[in-house]
Amino acid sequence: MENMPSILTPDFGLLFWMLLAFLVVLFVLAKFAFPAITGAVEERKKFIDESLKNAREANEKLAGIKAESEAILKAAREQQAEILREAKRTGENIIAEARSKAQAEGAKDLEAAKTQIAAEKELALRDIRSQVAELSLQIAEKVVRTQLGEDPAQQRYIERLLEEQGVKA
Amino acid sequence: MYINPIRKTPALSAALLGLLLLMISTPLHAADEKEPVDVKEAVLGHMSDAYDWHITTWGGHHVSIPLPVIVKSQKDGTWHVFSSARFGHDGKEVFEGFYLDESRKGKVYEQGYDARPWDISITKDVVQIWINILILVVVFLCCARWYKRRKVQDGAPGGFVGMMEVLVLAINDDVIKASIGERHYRRYAPYLLTVFFFLLVTNLMGLIPIFPGGANVTGNITITFLFATITFLFINLFGNREYWKEIFWPDVPTWMKCPVPLMPVIELFGIFTKPFALMVRLFANMLAGHAIILSLTCIIFITFQVNVLVGTSLSAVSFVMILFMDMLELLVAFIQAYVFTMLSAVFIGMSLPEHHHE
Repeated sequence: MENMPSILTPDFGLLFWMLLAFLVVLFVLAKFAFPAITGAVEERKKFIDESLKNAREANEKLAGIKAESEAILKAAREQQAEILREAKRTGENIIAEARSKAQAEGAKDLEAAKTQIAAEKELALRDIRSQVAELSLQIAEKVVRTQLGEDPAQQRYIERLLEEQGVKA
Repeated sequence: MYINPIRKTPALSAALLGLLLLMISTPLHAADEKEPVDVKEAVLGHMSDAYDWHITTWGGHHVSIPLPVIVKSQKDGTWHVFSSARFGHDGKEVFEGFYLDESRKGKVYEQGYDARPWDISITKDVVQIWINILILVVVFLCCARWYKRRKVQDGAPGGFVGMMEVLVLAINDDVIKASIGERHYRRYAPYLLTVFFFLLVTNLMGLIPIFPGGANVTGNITITFLFATITFLFINLFGNREYWKEIFWPDVPTWMKCPVPLMPVIELFGIFTKPFALMVRLFANMLAGHAIILSLTCIIFITFQVNVLVGTSLSAVSFVMILFMDMLELLVAFIQAYVFTMLSAVFIGMSLPEHHHE
């Protein structure tokens, strides 16, 4: 040991100071430095994880909103189509109704016109007949006046004759 | 304290080499007159601890920083504190009965006593250790302040703080956590991180050849002995039952452990060889690097004693080699700090085996 170089033989003084210095640096670093660094890194890791999670959630939410808005749009479009279809149907109904009404009205008018015409005709016929009868009577009167006078039996006879001739009352 | 012509550090020598090349035509009287260079003395002298911090030798005059000597007298049991300059210019003077014994590694001895007195002097290595610790504390407190002043949302650090963060995380996560395991690593992380950064700074500072660095601290067995001992204590004081069971009753055929405790003896031996290997590995690696660089530097001085031409040509070769070795040592400084930390972590991890029996 005596002739070995001093770096090969442990020295008490150096050991003492080294231990003291090491304890000091261990205390300072372990208390103030390493926890600060590793703690900050861990915190940062947590922060990044959380940020990623939030971003994912936001994305999901965004996708949900998109789907929702699309659904709303789709529904609105469907409703619009429905309304248009309804309107069209209503319009067609109105037109058809109006048409049928007009037809019915026309038929009724026609009918009324027909009955009126018939009545008119009847009236006219009756008028004509009476005039014819009167005329005939006058004629016959004039004829008969000269021959028969104003006998009602004669009048009736003539009227019967007229009927037989096909002139209806 | 010894005298030799080349008490110079490697980088100074490199600078000196340039000067020598300039003065190539001037005769080197000094070199001719002095005794031959004692390489062993020079190399060991540079690597050894000392009571003063030698800066340079200027015109045959040592320029050094005297450091306090703290010794306990065996005569009256009192502590004596005085400057190492009291031992005189060449370290041969006696002060208060204390003297430096050159035949016994230049340590302090007391006149009339053969045993060494209690000596806790602030030696060169001690000063170097405190400088390194100051650097560590300043660097890490600056980094810690960076985090304290910012919120998580402000982002990750860049530059120097970012580099330190990467280093701390690399050791903390990839070495300590990976070796010891998620469950227990927090108990050991501060110690192992501190060991790593202390060894790294000390190794690197040992490569700087001028004042605030240059002392061979990790190449001194006292230092590696201390760290290996602390690791030894961590392993064996906090080892769990499984660990001790594997030592005294390992999973081997019974005849290997019952009548003759063959395996337990080997395992018991292993308890001590592991930290011993830690101690020697770091010590020897750092010592060897320093020794090679110093020896290469010595070549310059030896060859200049032959003649100027041989000196110049071989100095150029030596200079390139020193440069290469310095680069290599830069790498070794990191690797050895890393290896020491990693093996400590692995051994601690082995002392905490999980129960893996059926």
